[in-house]
Parts: sequence; C-alpha cells; structure tokens
Amino acid sequence: MSKATFDKTDAKVSANTVSPSKLSPNTVSPSKLSPNIKLNYPLPLTDHPNVLMAHGSGGRMTAQLIDSLFRTAFDNPDLDTLHDGARLTLPTQRIVMTTDSFVVHPLFFPGGDIGCLAVNGTVNDLAMCGARPLYLSVGFIIEEGLAMDTLWQIVQSMRNAADKANVRIVTGDTKVVERGHGDGLYINTTGIGVLEHQQVIGPAQVRSGDSVLLFGDIGRHGMAVMAQRENLRFNSTLESDCAPLAEVVLALLNAGIDIHCLRDATRGGLAAVLNEIAVASGLQIDCEEAAITVNHDVRSACEILGFDPLHVANEGCFVAMINPADQQKALSIMQQHNPIATIIGSVQETSVQLTSVQQATSAIVTLRTSIGGQRILDLPTGELLPRIC
Amino acid sequence: MCLAIPGKILSISGDRPVEQTGIIQFGSITKEASIALVPDATIGDYVLVHAGIAISIVQTEEAKRLFDFLDEIGDEIDNLELED
Amino acid sequence: MKYVDEYRDGDTAKHYLAAIKAITTRPWTIMEVCGGQTHAIVRFGIADLLPPAINLVHGPGCPVCVTPLEMIDKAIAISSQPNVIFCSFGDMLRVPGSTQDLQSIRAQGGDVRCVYSPLDCLQIARDNPEKQVVFFAIGFETTAPGNAMLVYRAAEEALNNLSVLVSHVLVPPAIATIMSSSTSSSPSSSTSSSQTPSSQNSSSQAKVHGFLAAGHVCAIMGTQEYIPLAQHHQIPIVITGFEPLDILQGLYMCIKQLESGRCEVENQYVRVVTEQGNLSARELMTRVFRVTSRQWRGIGDIPQSGLSLAHQYASFDAEQRFDIADADIIVKEPPECISGLILQGLKKPKQCTAFGKTCTPERPLGATMVSGEGACAAYYKYTG
Repeated sequence: MSKATFDKTDAKVSANTVSPSKLSPNTVSPSKLSPNIKLNYPLPLTDHPNVLMAHGSGGRMTAQLIDSLFRTAFDNPDLDTLHDGARLTLPTQRIVMTTDSFVVHPLFFPGGDIGCLAVNGTVNDLAMCGARPLYLSVGFIIEEGLAMDTLWQIVQSMRNAADKANVRIVTGDTKVVERGHGDGLYINTTGIGVLEHQQVIGPAQVRSGDSVLLFGDIGRHGMAVMAQRENLRFNSTLESDCAPLAEVVLALLNAGIDIHCLRDATRGGLAAVLNEIAVASGLQIDCEEAAITVNHDVRSACEILGFDPLHVANEGCFVAMINPADQQKALSIMQQHNPIATIIGSVQETSVQLTSVQQATSAIVTLRTSIGGQRILDLPTGELLPRIC
Repeated sequence: MCLAIPGKILSISGDRPVEQTGIIQFGSITKEASIALVPDATIGDYVLVHAGIAISIVQTEEAKRLFDFLDEIGDEIDNLELED
Repeated sequence: MKYVDEYRDGDTAKHYLAAIKAITTRPWTIMEVCGGQTHAIVRFGIADLLPPAINLVHGPGCPVCVTPLEMIDKAIAISSQPNVIFCSFGDMLRVPGSTQDLQSIRAQGGDVRCVYSPLDCLQIARDNPEKQVVFFAIGFETTAPGNAMLVYRAAEEALNNLSVLVSHVLVPPAIATIMSSSTSSSPSSSTSSSQTPSSQNSSSQAKVHGFLAAGHVCAIMGTQEYIPLAQHHQIPIVITGFEPLDILQGLYMCIKQLESGRCEVENQYVRVVTEQGNLSARELMTRVFRVTSRQWRGIGDIPQSGLSLAHQYASFDAEQRFDIADADIIVKEPPECISGLILQGLKKPKQCTAFGKTCTPERPLGATMVSGEGACAAYYKYTG
C-alpha cells in the first residue's frame, strides 16, 4: 500500500532485532536539550527504542515510524494526502527553490540541533534570494541504532523551527543505513519560496558604491559546536545563532529597500561569503574590522585555538549589499530585528594591486585593521584546525 | 610559531607537581591547562598558555612598560604630525 | 581580553609608527624569526604602515615550514599502519609529504587525530591500551617542554603504548646559519661592538640587518643565547611579543640600534621574557631531550639545531618502535622551488618562477608555501 508521502526503500532488512547500542560518543543526551522542546514520546514503538534497518524497509515498521513520529510532528493538510508527493498551489509563478544537506556533529549543540538547523538553513537560503519561504521537503538518512527518543527530539525541533519560520513540511523520505555508516543522522531539506516583488537579488546586481551591511555577530554557531568537541572542550555559555532570517529580509523588501545582494555567512564564515560575492561581481569589497561584531566568548575561544572569527560558521547572520541611498533606512529596519546590525563596509572598483592569482579571479576583499593597516581577507583554506603556530 | 595567550588562574588542582592543572580564564571563557611548568604561579596570576600548557607567568608590573616607553621617546615624536 | 587588547590599540600604534618614521634615515632589512610574528604583521597590516625604507623579511620560524619532507613521510608511514592512533597538532595535518598529507590518511581510514595539547595523548593512550598512540612532536623551544612533559609522564605511568615522532628545532642555530649565508662579505671579524653594520650588500639581495627574535621561545630559553649571535655577527636582536604594539615597539628598538650603530640583544617582551627563561621547563627539556643535528626543509642540515629523545627515553621514540629510523626515504624538492633562499631572506616570493602558478597554498612545492605563516603563503594571501 502506498503510505504517506515518505518513500519506502528496499534497504536490507536485518534478520535479528538489533539491541540498542551506543552510537557516536558525541551524541548529547536529550536531557541537555533546549527546554523549548516538549518531550512527548510517541506511542506504539516502545518495543523498538532504536531505529532498525526494518524501519527503512518499506513495510509495516516504516509505516509505523512515519505515522508515529513524522506525521505527528509535522501534522498539516498537505502531509495528510498520504501520497508520493505534495500537490501545492503557489500564489505566483516566480518561485525560488533550494536544497541543502545537514551533517552536523554532534547532533545536539548549545542553542540548537540538526533538526532546527535543517529547517532554518533552507529557509535562510530562500530568504537570501529574496523569497518568502513556504514549503519544505525533508529527507532523513538514519543510522541503524539511533535512539528513537533522539529522533523524536529532532523532529519536534524541526516542527518548532518550521512554525517559527512560517513554513510547512509537506513531503519527505526516510532511509536507514547500517550501523557505522551514518554518523547518527543526516538530513536533507529542499525548500520552495515565492518572490513577491520585482527585484533581482544576486551578486551580479552588486554595484560599485554599494553599502555592505552585516546582520548579526559572527562566529557563534561554529564555536558553539566546537566547544562540544572532545579534544577542544572549553567552558562557555556560547549558543549557536541558528535562527530564521526571512522576517527581516521581507521587512526590507516591503519597505522598498533597493537590495542588490544577500548572502548568509554559513560555512567558511563571513570571509567566504564576501570573497564569493567579490568573485561573482568582479568588484572589491572594503570592510572595517572594528565594525564587525564578535561575541566575547567567540573571540576568546578563537584566540586560544588560533581561529579567525571571520572564518567561523554562522547560522543566523547575513550580509546585504544595498544601494547606498537606502543604507540608513535599511540599517534601521535591520536594527529593529537585531540591535547589533551594522554597516561594515562598501563595494569599490578594484584598486588594490593584485597578485597574479587574484587578477585571475578579480576577487579582493580588504579589511582595515584596528591599527589602521590593511589586510586582504582571503578564503579560509579548509577545515578549521587549532594551531600552535 | 608559538601561539600563546594570557589567562588568569581561577583555581588549581592536582596531587603532584607534575600533575598540577588550573582552570584558566581567557577573556570570557575558561579552559583547563597544565601549570606544572610554572610552579610559582598562584590563583589570580596571569599565565601564558601554549598548547594547553602554561609556559610563563605574566609580569603584571612590566605590562605597562610598552606605554611608558612612548613617554620616554616622546621628544622624538612631538614635532611630527601624526598620520590619519 | 586582558594583556591582549591593550596591545592592539590603534592610537598607541600611530604613535609608534610616527616614532619609527622619525628615526629612520636609511634602508634597513629586518627579519622576524617567528611565524607568530609574521602572522601578526600580515593580520594587522603592519608592513604597509612602515616607512618604505624598512623592509621586513619573513624568516624560518615556522616549525611546520621547516619540517623535512622525510619526516612527514615517516608520519604518514606510521599513521597508515593498523592499530595506530596518530595524534598531531592541527598545523601538521595539511602539510603534504612527497605524495599525500595526514588528512588523506584519515580519509583512507587511518585514525589520525588533531589534538590541542600534547598531554591529550596521555588519556588517548589510557583509553586505547590495545593500540599504539603516536604523537608528532614538532615545534620550537616553546613547544618542546610540553612535549617533554608528555614523554616524562608516559614513562612515569609506564604507558608503553605511547611513543613520539620527534622533529624539534632550535632557533639560535637557524639565525646563525641565516647570518652566515647573508653576510659572506660583512666585516664580521671586527671585535668592536659599536661597529656600524655594513650596508654594502643592501642594494643587491635582501641582506638582513637586524632580527626580531621570538618572544615565546625566549620565555622558555631566556635571552642569553642570543648575545654571542649579536656579537659575532654584529647584528641587533630584539626579542618581541606577538601583538601589533609589541612588533612596533620591537621594530623601533631595532631601528634605533641600527641607526646608532649598536649591536645588542634587547628584550621588548619584558612582561613575559626574563633573562634566565623558565628554569622548570628547561630542566625538563634537558632531561627528556638531547641536542642533535637536524634537517631544515629548504635550508639543509644545521648542526646542533634540533632535539631528539635522550637515551633513557629512547623506548618512546616512534622511529625506533616502528623501525623507520633508517628508512630509505630520500625526497628531492622540486628544482624550481627556492624556499631555501626565501627562508634565509635572500629572495622574495615574487622572484620565484613557480610562485602563484605551479606553487599555491593548495598545491605547495616547498616549505615557505606549506604553512599559512610561511613567507610565500603570506605573500600569496596578502599582497605586499
């Protein structure tokens, strides 16, 4: 029987019931979760405290998992059609679609979890295109042995995040992979949003003279996750800045702000997004280091580990390239949503003498330092690794 | 090389000298570090920590020297216009 | 952050820059020895704020840059073996050996772990008694005491599944080598301590006139080692800290000496560095390590410039334990790489034919592009 909008799979069914076992030692127990998540353990799966290969087999157990967890948490009319896809009517033909996958480890971290990250990450990508986010699909790849309770916490968290972001989760898929092949849980979300204005927003629209505004402080997500790592543990009250950004973007659009480009500073941090925009637009971006707000805990942790906060991931922070005539109005609107929004720089024609490599990419981002010097802000080279050097 | 950051010793533990560790405050976070190599350090001292190991005590009375030095060489810069 | 923020103050920096401008009357080439100093110079954009007459040269003070390819290959050979947990500082994970780096070994299933402190290896060894835990002990004198403590405590605890792959290097012999190669025609035979350093070569290659020595190395070793260097090579040496104001005050002190013809060792980093250094740390180093010759990537063999384990701790030597001490790993650097000349301040990265073309941070050919603090990597990122 075709059941729900969650696809079944022909995954291998284990002949023996797998006894509950510990997964990754880094999985934080639900008791350390944000108090916002209601613990409401679903019914008929008490015989199976852990996800089994059979839950991905497409049969009765898959149906039970979908009914008990996913449909309960994501409950909405589109999901209840119980078909292989959701039939949606959109208010306009100008739509935005985006997809993202989430593999964060540990699954729970101060200020969030993989679930709310999966919702907000895709919501924010839609917002960065200037769209009002409407619908999400979600694909779960669950490692055999994941505690059902853990999955339930995450799914609840997704529902909370979806409600806060005014989106609905309307379709999805579930797969289970053998123990040792999944890091607990991976999630993919794909989102659809609509453009309710005529503006075109993207790096190609950036112009010389544009003001660069920063919404939020930098580094909190990456360092909050880093603080949980066994080998780097430090004590702080730092929490991820994981949050939806659509509301402030829609406020800017509704106020008629001439927005040229928006980009949220996720992996690679602020340095990565500024460089990407510089490359894509062929222009130089000059910023003032003192204008970039860095949380005190982030700064302290970055100093001792040898990280640059500009390279650290964020999940609730974006840059906006704005027509300079609108900069004060835009700043005022942003500050209503987050008082620490600031103007951090401007876009120029390229003026710095480029190395041969920089000439090839025409990408240059400069930073005026606290002592008045000029630093060229490069892309981070790779994984953030603590250094002694 | 030698990334080392100063932090304040908040507490000390460890049975033997070679096992002595301290909870060190760096700005607004704390992290444990070995203080076995700074046996004279006590709670409240600032130590320089490199790779999880305190290698030196910060001489707080010397910390202002860099600024006092500017006064000493003041004659040489008094007649100059400072650049923006 | 106390004892950090105040040394990044913009107004004080302006005063020091004005002071440097006021006293500079001639071109001077000054080498900062330590990668941490290089990092501060590029991160705060100090070089461009100095008078054009002051030429800063990045020295070999990056243990990552100078670790020989053979040593990386040994690390890769050990980490590739089954039942080995290979632990390293983050800096070394991206350094390529002759064919791959330690991160690739992790991707291939090797248990390669980044540690923040060498002492983290003690717990890893306790938790994994059936495995061999190996720590890549690199660094200058700053890091050696911590690495020594690891071996000392492992021996105390009889943690016999732990060993260290040692590639420690010492700063003073490197300075001596650099000075010997860049002052082959300098009047170093004079015994007068007030002789004006020769500028006869300054118009050709970048002859080094003065050094900024590494403050954290000296926090351990004290200042005495540098006095014979300053006297023999007639060169001022100023020991500095790592914040921008430390670098600026250090530069002022060095230029002041050069302008007045002095060749002394001065300590700018008085809040941390004392004349005798850290005696506890030095004692532990002497107990656990012995001084040996070392290969410096890009420079070659420098006598008495490195540390190996002392005989009583030889059983913790990973090269012995994994029988790769005499491994026939001979690696040739690419012929177009001039990192040796760059490390010694004799050439600039832009003078290298491979710079930015066949040699980039993602695909480094030589020592100076390998680490973020290497002269070529710094030039690549931060156009001078």
